[in-house]
Amino acid sequence: MKAKTKTIDVKKSTAGRVLIGVTLVIIVLAWTIPTFGVFVTSFRDPKDIYASGWWSVLPHKDLVKSDEFELPADMDPNIPIELEGVTAEFQEWREGIEVSEGRTLRWYGNKRSRKIEVFEEKWIGFGANLTMQNYRDVLSGGTIDFTDADGNKITRQGNNFSDAILNSIAVSIPATIIPILIAAFAAYAFAWMEFPGRKPLFIMVVALLVVPLQIALIPVLRDFTRWGITGTFMCMWMAHTGFGLPLAVYLLYNYISTLPRDIFESAYLDGATPFVTFVRLVLPLSIPALASFAIFQFLWVWNDYLVALVFLGDKNRVVTSALAAMIGEKGQDWHLLTSGAFMSMIIPLAVFFGLQRFFVRGLMAGSVKG
Amino acid sequence: MSQDIDSNWNPLTLIILIIVTLTILIGGFFLLQTMQNQKILMTLTAVTWGLGSVALLFFVLNAIAESMPRKVRSVSVAVVFAGPAVLMLLWALVMPTLRSLRLSFADANGNGFVFLDNYKFAFTDPIMLESFRNNLLWMIFGTSFCVIMGLIIAVLADKSRSEKVFKSLIFMPMAVSFVGAGVIWKFIYNYKGEGINITEIGLLNAIVTSLGGEAQAWLLMPFWNNFFLIIIMVWLQTGYGMVIMSSAIKGIPEEINEAAKVDGANAFTIFFKITIPYIMPTIITVTTTILIFSLKLFDIVRVMTGGNFGTNVIANEFYLRQFTYGHSGQASAIAVVLLVVIVPVLAYNLKEFRGREVLK
Repeated sequence: MKAKTKTIDVKKSTAGRVLIGVTLVIIVLAWTIPTFGVFVTSFRDPKDIYASGWWSVLPHKDLVKSDEFELPADMDPNIPIELEGVTAEFQEWREGIEVSEGRTLRWYGNKRSRKIEVFEEKWIGFGANLTMQNYRDVLSGGTIDFTDADGNKITRQGNNFSDAILNSIAVSIPATIIPILIAAFAAYAFAWMEFPGRKPLFIMVVALLVVPLQIALIPVLRDFTRWGITGTFMCMWMAHTGFGLPLAVYLLYNYISTLPRDIFESAYLDGATPFVTFVRLVLPLSIPALASFAIFQFLWVWNDYLVALVFLGDKNRVVTSALAAMIGEKGQDWHLLTSGAFMSMIIPLAVFFGLQRFFVRGLMAGSVKG
Repeated sequence: MSQDIDSNWNPLTLIILIIVTLTILIGGFFLLQTMQNQKILMTLTAVTWGLGSVALLFFVLNAIAESMPRKVRSVSVAVVFAGPAVLMLLWALVMPTLRSLRLSFADANGNGFVFLDNYKFAFTDPIMLESFRNNLLWMIFGTSFCVIMGLIIAVLADKSRSEKVFKSLIFMPMAVSFVGAGVIWKFIYNYKGEGINITEIGLLNAIVTSLGGEAQAWLLMPFWNNFFLIIIMVWLQTGYGMVIMSSAIKGIPEEINEAAKVDGANAFTIFFKITIPYIMPTIITVTTTILIFSLKLFDIVRVMTGGNFGTNVIANEFYLRQFTYGHSGQASAIAVVLLVVIVPVLAYNLKEFRGREVLK
């Protein structure tokens, strides 16, 4: 059936196909250009970033400064000035005037400077000045120096992204695997074991799927403060485990409860304890479900900002809070912001492109997360 | 299940095991505190310790349960399996919900009883009313743009040969954090200010000025700045709607489309008369999911404007009340309002969802 429709599609009017193709390309461009712009900017020299838009690294025609000369000291800038056959007020010269084809003159600075810059229209952008320095700066925790567009030397305290990435790893990996492990044990118990209160407890799990995170933040924070563990990795693991468990138990239950009964009966007859059955049979058989949830949870934890903001504060900053802090402190330091943004995206993007199939499955299943 | 198997744990091994586990659990925590200066080592230790101690805990608890008298053994094993999850849920969600409910009737420090004062604040304070209005904008415009764009892209991509590439690129922002998206879009909306020979480096202002317009501080424009923020959410969430609706479209039997074509239906008739009615349940699920998402939205507003310039939303005001003004009563009341609004929508969504096959 599928093959037949393909041949019909090919025979369909080419005009329609071209129209669909063009529309899709436009939409996709609109979707990717924002990220692309940040990506390009992260490799540009800070001086260039403030002087021109990132698209100027692409080949284009632009005014390029080719020369400059000084005006005589006795020239009065308060009356109209004549240069290369054009007469105009100081203000107009300051904005720049095209005196002849492709040649623009511009007064540099204030009236006293008497400096005229010559610009010519040229094709440029083939040899963009790209650098890795921004990434080195953003990863560093020490002080960093750079020159802004006006030539001022600026010194800043680095945001220590290398530590933030390590912190994110230390938070995300356990906060992904611990809930899966706890949930898998529980899902197995709910699906295949007899114990009092099994049904009401499972209903509780399903009901908790709908609880929004915000309602739990304040009481849980009070507990952490009382136990003196705010700002530690452990409190992040506990919080993410608690908030991630309803979905994990629910999804893994759906999967584990459909495993064939025969395998549990033969394992039992072979003398395997439930623990051995679980480790040797249930876990390996559930790998597709475990992987889907793992990717979903990993991206969720890695990209989370609210939980990290509340429980970690300024201690052990993860990438999202480091980046958010940087937006607050260095709103116009685009070379640091863009490279920081990319450092924070590398791992999730790699996970996304590498394991997209599992991620889509996890996402579709996870669409009920509260 | 295990009542016929005799315990293979001798008491001495068991006691040693318990002591070792406790040592690792407690020792690891303090060991980690001493490693603040060796980050890589600390990360490795944290990951190993975190995962190891949970696995070890299950192993030891199971060993204890297996050493129980036969009569209670199978129930004990079940308790070991389900217990940790249930306890975690009670601590992290069930109790907090009740505690937040109580806090929402208490004063700023969580003491006393102030009757409905916090709820009066939540429903009448000007800043809350502004937040409600903005959340309504997010829910109406954000959700409908996401769903409509997602549907259009899903239908178009279905007819294209490079479907996978297109869908993958639209879907990509789903992997990006909201904070990262904040940087991306702050750069788009960047505004340098007035002056001579200023080159706008923000894409939107560059486009506007090259068309002869005047550069604007987009995020400071009252009311309309909400829409510039909503665009970010559309950028982030359209991929989600597209992927789910796309798989629903693939589930439409070809015979129906073929029959319609034979009857002379054009692409638009097929779209409105067949595709949309057929995937309606999926559209509703996607819509409710994005609705809830836009109701709880926090990161985008927090990062882009901090809720200033008339862009505040409920979840941001929750954060401000608790952590900036230190009023846990008002913050809890906002959280309870959020819960009350979300529960019916999510409960409905869940009911629809349960009918679907999951993760197979």
